[in-house]
Amino acid sequence: MKLSRRQFLKGSAAVASVATGPFVWPRGASAQGTVKVGILHSLTGTIAIAEASVVDAEKLAIEEINASGGVMGRKIETIVEDGASDWPTFAEKARKLLDRDKVAAIMGCYTSASRKATLPVVERSKGLLYYPTYYEGLEMSPNIMYTAQEATQSVIAAVNWLAQNKGKSFYLIGSDYIWPRTTNKIAKPTVEKAGGKVLGEDYIPLGNVEFASVINKIKAQKPEVILSTVVGGSNVAFYKQLQAAGLNGKNQALLALAVSEEEASGIGVENLEGFLSCMGYFQSLKGAANDKFVKAFKAKYGANRVVGDTLECGYISVYLWKMAAEKAKSFELPAVVAASAELEIDAPEGKVKFHKANHHLWKHARIGAFKKDGQIEMVYESPLIEPNPFPKI
Amino acid sequence: MSLDIVVMQAFNGVSLFTVLALMALGLAIVFGLMGVINMAHGELMAMGAYTTYLTSVIFERLAPGWLGIYLPAAVVLAFGVTYAFGFALERSFIRFLYKRPLDTMLATWGLSLVLQQAFRSLFGPREVGVPSPAWLAGAWQPTQGISIPLSRLFIIGLTVVVGCALYQLLLRTRWGLRIRAVMQNRDMSGAVGVNTARVDAVTFALGSGLAGIAGSAFTMLASTGPVTGQQYIVDTFIVVVFGGVESLLGTFSSAFMIGQMQSWLEFALTGSMAKASILLCVIIALYFRPAGLFALKVRR
Repeated sequence: MKLSRRQFLKGSAAVASVATGPFVWPRGASAQGTVKVGILHSLTGTIAIAEASVVDAEKLAIEEINASGGVMGRKIETIVEDGASDWPTFAEKARKLLDRDKVAAIMGCYTSASRKATLPVVERSKGLLYYPTYYEGLEMSPNIMYTAQEATQSVIAAVNWLAQNKGKSFYLIGSDYIWPRTTNKIAKPTVEKAGGKVLGEDYIPLGNVEFASVINKIKAQKPEVILSTVVGGSNVAFYKQLQAAGLNGKNQALLALAVSEEEASGIGVENLEGFLSCMGYFQSLKGAANDKFVKAFKAKYGANRVVGDTLECGYISVYLWKMAAEKAKSFELPAVVAASAELEIDAPEGKVKFHKANHHLWKHARIGAFKKDGQIEMVYESPLIEPNPFPKI
Repeated sequence: MSLDIVVMQAFNGVSLFTVLALMALGLAIVFGLMGVINMAHGELMAMGAYTTYLTSVIFERLAPGWLGIYLPAAVVLAFGVTYAFGFALERSFIRFLYKRPLDTMLATWGLSLVLQQAFRSLFGPREVGVPSPAWLAGAWQPTQGISIPLSRLFIIGLTVVVGCALYQLLLRTRWGLRIRAVMQNRDMSGAVGVNTARVDAVTFALGSGLAGIAGSAFTMLASTGPVTGQQYIVDTFIVVVFGGVESLLGTFSSAFMIGQMQSWLEFALTGSMAKASILLCVIIALYFRPAGLFALKVRR
């Protein structure tokens, strides 16, 4: 076998890192008096649109924890890495955070693709990842804690509420990738169970900005309810073109599973008013914990900033890790994970707690309507829903 | 399917045609006439969109009473800003790469990333909200069941105006003559006294300016964010390549065909399948006509 110089260098570097690896600090116990936490989100690239602000929320939580004495007397040392909206980069940065920086936990990832790329690295390096985004479920890694809703926790409650309050005929529209398709797979039998009917199901490519024909199809079918799993910039086009075609919050019930307060200004509040959103958290929720969170966030980042579901989940992720570590009196992975079972937190979204086995949170599904100012007014709140990442359909 | 829906679908086809044509005109000039593969074309459109956003903010602050007419002003400004940027870009960057088409592609792709990050740093990673003027909101309803969105009518009108102006410019003015001369035979044009370097700069700037107009108009339909350009760039290239890279007529007819196909296929299939079918058709068409629908027959 002939080795090029580059291959040789790569090989020897790998050998060196494996050889020295175990002799460096044990994980978490870095320099005296601090503990390292990694933040791994996209600060650049296409997904930065959704992820960059999650970093802000996580940094805020870390700052608050440090101000109140840290975790078990240790200050948190934050290491922020940019996943750059590129999945291999996520894996590489996760490896760097775990193997070189020896972080005790990573707060990170937004898209499922980035999480799937990071998962094998985290499992191999025995790291711990807190994942703050609502997603399709169908996963339960021993090394990942999922702090947002999985699909059954929002869509089932949303469909049942819609069937009772808005009408029985549904039109499903989503962006074409795993989350909308899985969500609709759960939605369809739920609609039928609720005595409703699915008139049509449509998927548009990610980033698509032409909705005229889809809107015509909707008009031809006249569904009482539209259930939307459209994501990202497509939503701006979708709502603008709905408005232009004469469908608005007054004459059409539409519930989106991926539109939060954060998207409102880009879409234009005049195009959103009256339409529904289903999330685990709204900025307008009442309660002392939420008041404190919103106030602290605005004080740190500016009064015109808006918080949404993923930000809140990122914020509580840090606290959940702190509480689990303190309960376990250790930063080691098995202890922290074991201590997380049934761990309860008084979060901005209300009291939520980890499931005893499956690493997901018991959560409320909340439905609200957009108001003139871009905020969401809650109209329905479910009781705590048990997470069920592997639903039987 | 009722008659109303048929009428609205037909209108959608026309609307999509004008959207695609407006997108592709700038690239048709830069790529088609000059042979520069400008991967940053989408970001020039985004620049036009952000110019529109800034214009709306300025009108809101300084002359809220005139907000109704900010859009035409923004379209003109977007053209001006992207024209100037394109001119500077050609002089400082593109002109050194004319003989190296592959390097141009890489360099402009890099430029597109730089521009995206610049937008992100300047305006934030989230989309900004560009308001629709009151006279463009809503729809025209000739009968009960038919509603024609006014914003789409505006884009149809704008495309007609831009198309006519471009036709006049290229075929009826001295500048147009020089541009066509340089594109057909650069050496000979230089020999008879045309300042080819200057013509190159103006042509590139013109293509950029058209991208700016398109980006400005599309704020009425879609989002304005750092990656807005990426939403358009693929469609734009497909339209230009499918039409035949050296023919503006080809660009228009390919925009028309793709627009009609997309509109009806989207109605019959799901959005994703419609897109896949169109790409398949384009691939088959290019297999049999590698130079596109309207290939110029010239001796190389």
